[in-house]
Amino acid sequence: MAAEKTTEPFWWGLFSAGGVVAAFLVPIQIIIIGFALPLGWISDGGALYRIWWVKLYIFVLIVLPLYHWAHRFYFTLNDIGLKPIGKLLAVLCYGGAIAGTIVTAWILLKV
Amino acid sequence: MSGTRPEQSKLYHRKMPATWWLKKQSYFLFMLRELSSVFIALFLVVYLVQIYQLTKGPDAYIAFTQKLSSPGWILFHVVVLLFAVYHSITWFQSSAVVLPVRLGERLVPRQTVTALHIVAWAVVSLAVLILFLALKG
Repeated sequence: MAAEKTTEPFWWGLFSAGGVVAAFLVPIQIIIIGFALPLGWISDGGALYRIWWVKLYIFVLIVLPLYHWAHRFYFTLNDIGLKPIGKLLAVLCYGGAIAGTIVTAWILLKV
Repeated sequence: MSGTRPEQSKLYHRKMPATWWLKKQSYFLFMLRELSSVFIALFLVVYLVQIYQLTKGPDAYIAFTQKLSSPGWILFHVVVLLFAVYHSITWFQSSAVVLPVRLGERLVPRQTVTALHIVAWAVVSLAVLILFLALKG
């Protein structure tokens, strides 16, 4: 309980920042990546991902909504009766977001 | 945020069935809003896999992009887009409640604040699209 009390504002801050990023930036990205590129409205060979500030933008675009997911999904699972395994769910959700952060950084640095 | 929480065993817990959110439309919409984060995360993971193809060269990236033109993937992106737009609208609505805007003495109506967020959203989306078109290679 004590640990939960001190770390919750931190996770909530990431949740909130991720919610803003997801709300403003994700729908247009879905339109570009999910429709415009596959359906041939726009062609792209991926050169833009080598620009450093594009990497930074994509990092923020991918990572912050992962923390948003972790926070929402954790509480949703608790709300549908999985509170007894809450500790495990917290590790899986927030741990998943942390793993996602590392993988995203690694891929963007390698591109 | 002061005060201590009573011990877990002393709290009263009413038993809730796992399907409580199917009982009322507002609960169901709440659950859809919460689940939007899952679909947004799924999209981002697929997008990350697409970017990862670039480490194998532009051909792999283009091949992956073409794979996403199958009906299954288009349907996936339609579903994901609907959830993402639902997240955006509900997020702007709750922002208007959480962060009320004042003009002098007057409180700007919530609907106006939400509408301004939607206008800003359109402008940001257009800017991202223009940047993408300018940078694509």
